[in-house]
Amino acid sequence: MRHDEPRHDIRAQGESESYIMVHIKVSITVNGTQQEKDVEPRTLLVHFLRDQLQLTGTNIGCDTSSCGACTIHLDGEAVKSCTVLAAQADGGTVTTIEGLSKDGVMHPMQQAFMENHGLQCGYCTPGMVMASIGLLNENPNPTEEEVRLGLEGNLCRCTGYHNIVKSVLAAAKK
Amino acid sequence: MTMTENRQNSVIGTRQLRREDPALLTGEAKFTNDLNLPGALHLSILRSPHAHAKIVSIDTAAAKASPGVVAVYTGAELQSQWAGPMPCAWPVTPDMKNPPHFPLAASKVCYVGDGVVAVLATSESASRDALDLIDVEYKVLKAVVDVEEALSDANIIHEDLGTNKSYTWNLKIEATEGCVEDAFQKAAFKVSERYVQQRLLPMAMEPRAVAAVPQPFGGDITLYSSTQIPHILKVMAALTLGIPEHQVRVVAPSVGGGFGSKLDVYAEELLCMALARKHSLPVRWVEERSENSMATIHGRGQVQYVELAADKSGKLTAVRVRIKADMGAYLQLVTPGVPILGAFLYAGVYDIPLAYDFSCDGIFTTLTPTDAYRGAGRPEATYAIESAMDALARAMKIDPLELRKRNFIQKEQFPYTAFSGLTYDSGDHLQAAEKAAGLADYAGIRAQQAKQNVPGAKKRLGIGMSSYFEMCGLAPSRVLASLNYGAGGWEAATVRVLPTCKVQVVTGTSPHGQGHETSWAMIASEKLGIPQEDIDVLHSDTAISPLGLDTYGSRSLPVGGVAIAGACDKVIDKARLIAAHQLECSADDLEFAGGVFSVKGSPDRAVPMAAIAFAAFTAHNLPDGLEPNLEAQYTYDPPNFSWPFGTHMCVLEVDTETGQIEILKYVAVDDCGVQINPLIVEGQVHGGVIQGLAQALFEEAVYDTDGNLKTTTLAEYLVPAASDVPSITTAHTVTPSPTNQLGVKGIGEAGTIGAASTVINAVVDALSGIGVTSMPMPASPQTVWRAIQSAAQAK
Ligand code: FES
Ligand code: FES
Repeated sequence: MRHDEPRHDIRAQGESESYIMVHIKVSITVNGTQQEKDVEPRTLLVHFLRDQLQLTGTNIGCDTSSCGACTIHLDGEAVKSCTVLAAQADGGTVTTIEGLSKDGVMHPMQQAFMENHGLQCGYCTPGMVMASIGLLNENPNPTEEEVRLGLEGNLCRCTGYHNIVKSVLAAAKK
Repeated sequence: MTMTENRQNSVIGTRQLRREDPALLTGEAKFTNDLNLPGALHLSILRSPHAHAKIVSIDTAAAKASPGVVAVYTGAELQSQWAGPMPCAWPVTPDMKNPPHFPLAASKVCYVGDGVVAVLATSESASRDALDLIDVEYKVLKAVVDVEEALSDANIIHEDLGTNKSYTWNLKIEATEGCVEDAFQKAAFKVSERYVQQRLLPMAMEPRAVAAVPQPFGGDITLYSSTQIPHILKVMAALTLGIPEHQVRVVAPSVGGGFGSKLDVYAEELLCMALARKHSLPVRWVEERSENSMATIHGRGQVQYVELAADKSGKLTAVRVRIKADMGAYLQLVTPGVPILGAFLYAGVYDIPLAYDFSCDGIFTTLTPTDAYRGAGRPEATYAIESAMDALARAMKIDPLELRKRNFIQKEQFPYTAFSGLTYDSGDHLQAAEKAAGLADYAGIRAQQAKQNVPGAKKRLGIGMSSYFEMCGLAPSRVLASLNYGAGGWEAATVRVLPTCKVQVVTGTSPHGQGHETSWAMIASEKLGIPQEDIDVLHSDTAISPLGLDTYGSRSLPVGGVAIAGACDKVIDKARLIAAHQLECSADDLEFAGGVFSVKGSPDRAVPMAAIAFAAFTAHNLPDGLEPNLEAQYTYDPPNFSWPFGTHMCVLEVDTETGQIEILKYVAVDDCGVQINPLIVEGQVHGGVIQGLAQALFEEAVYDTDGNLKTTTLAEYLVPAASDVPSITTAHTVTPSPTNQLGVKGIGEAGTIGAASTVINAVVDALSGIGVTSMPMPASPQTVWRAIQSAAQAK
């Protein structure tokens, strides 16, 4: 997670005089494209991605940073995008689930999830895939137990995890 | 030929990867809250912080003046919007008491989370921020938290009803009057057990989300909702809002899990629709997780008293059951019916005489309403009978597997007419149990136990089992009528062969993770001889699929899938007439295989489906009187429920010093008849088992004595993570259902139905040698440790 000082570019944008909204300009490279946007200081990265960039593949499943549905990569590391302010990601590089496939071909982890029925409703899936890639980046040859521990921060209500674990182990062998 | 025979080159039973997956894996799929609706207003709801209180006054002035706020409404101000109260579709008895329930409370709140004020604003944050500015004065009343205490009527929640009891529902079956009591008098062995099915939070990973989009000039309205039931919702919303049904369209976009929690008609859906019409603008709402915990239905919530009588060989001679079922504050769509769905299953998979006495009280409390949650009544029933069977085995000092074998309905007895009058379609319980015992190494574990579970052992080994029936595939409409259910149990399908021989399959089922698109295309491909990739499956939009009864109760395949097969049959029948016309032969002389009609005995005289589809489209040369186009609609009303079954076994170790449980092996042997796609079947079992196991070990909606929910977040409510649960050994037996042409049964709930009792039976098995004879759920380390301590003290 980055804690870079955001650039403050304060502007008043009022609907009434007592309602002054302070905005900050951020510049974040998302899925290879540099995005310069104004955000409120309280805007979470997940809302920036979903609401301002319309990248709705990143999901929200909780308000206590418990579920992992919002997991993305920030500067190459898997992070929960509901725990990061957009301002904190200023100057950073973000990859979301939309940025994983190349030339219409899914990332090996996405393929492994498909081949092993690692998803049912698919709501946890973007976060789960991003977390799983992060896990293999750190530990390319995990045991089943290491996969289970590594995915501790990502909840799935559908699969019982059996096929998610299988998917990650299969991706590690690819 | 039915699809259960002759399966060479068949796609049925193959592990097809899911066509749903690429969109879900790449972020392309749209869930309700992903929809882009320019200009939409955002709804937020101020909810009651009290379990039971009178609303004295509400001051919304500050909220109305808050930036971005468009309007603020109290329940009283919206009362004129409703043509009627929110629906309960299952009045289980003629005199069932059902308090009127409106989307916002007007004068009184009855649970923490009850909606009180609606705020509309131009953004989600503006509408949420304004909630803090609303001042509500309450006169707090006493909370009614305990379902058994509620029965005393010391504090009546709905004064007009005069009681906290909604209904009493009885099912007493006796060969001769008094024979149940008689059987208990004469029993060589009897057990009398009390079990608590704790309240559970369904916790679908996608919180609920709603968007209502009006068309102000004409009055039509489209509701997008994260729902399992777009079709039922359309009818109910039209009635509740007083909008003509044909002007309502309901769409369920991608839905992120349901488990019954999205099988409901919710206040927020009705509020979004009413306010969208009032303001002539789209109105949307999305649930926060803590709202999901309080304002989405809960599951379970029953106290069960179960008595079994048995003769000296352990054969069951009578079953007596009393249920206190917690309805919560109001009756939601099928709340009162949930325990009734279990009422027929308290004899489990066993052959009992006509000596069954079941009674259930539905009781109001000041807690979130309960309703169907994965299994709905059947996990509760299975837990009770399977735990009581273990208690009986302990009382008799015989092996629990042996006791079950003495009582199983035998394979030869199917179709089996049960005490209840229901017919169990097919089964082979012994085979499933023996297969599970083999995979779990039952004999080996028993031998190991004898060595390991010595006095003073730190880690004690246990093995537990559950043999279950899942009464599912809701359901024959006539049976539902006899249970007072407010709708039928059919399912509709349309199969449309387009001019270029591509196919649209339209289904009334509404998937939210079950892979219907994949499985339904497999069924149509098999029937029509057309490749799967040429078949599209359309669903979950009442404008595209106007007829349907949606997805719940493991009904989609045994009802909806069979409807598709039936629609294919009608298409083939029509195509046969066109083929006969083209080949100048009698339709009876044709055979159909691999998508080609050919004259019996002269295979070179043949015409493929593609030629027939195009001929049906051009209509240049059709038999006299035949309508153009190749399309058929079929509605299937099943003649029976489907009765999947199986045996689960769990091997675990309990650390007697810490109360920690380690699961060593979990075996699930399930029989859902013919499997269309084993990949999907296994996935359903995995997910179901972990949900059942989570009830056994982790999950509980905890309330304090004032009716405050203490587990509103995923940090407090322990949905298990990957590291908390084991891998699962799945296996199956295949006993086709004789009641449908596919030979299929449901599988969506089986895992959950079998798992909780399997795990708890294993825990008790591990500890019974040191005096522990029961284990409350969830069996957390503290709970286990305490049970061990109190057993030691009792010695
Ligand atoms: S949304 Fe749940 S962890 Fe971010
Ligand atoms: S696939 Fe539904 S929550 Fe994971």
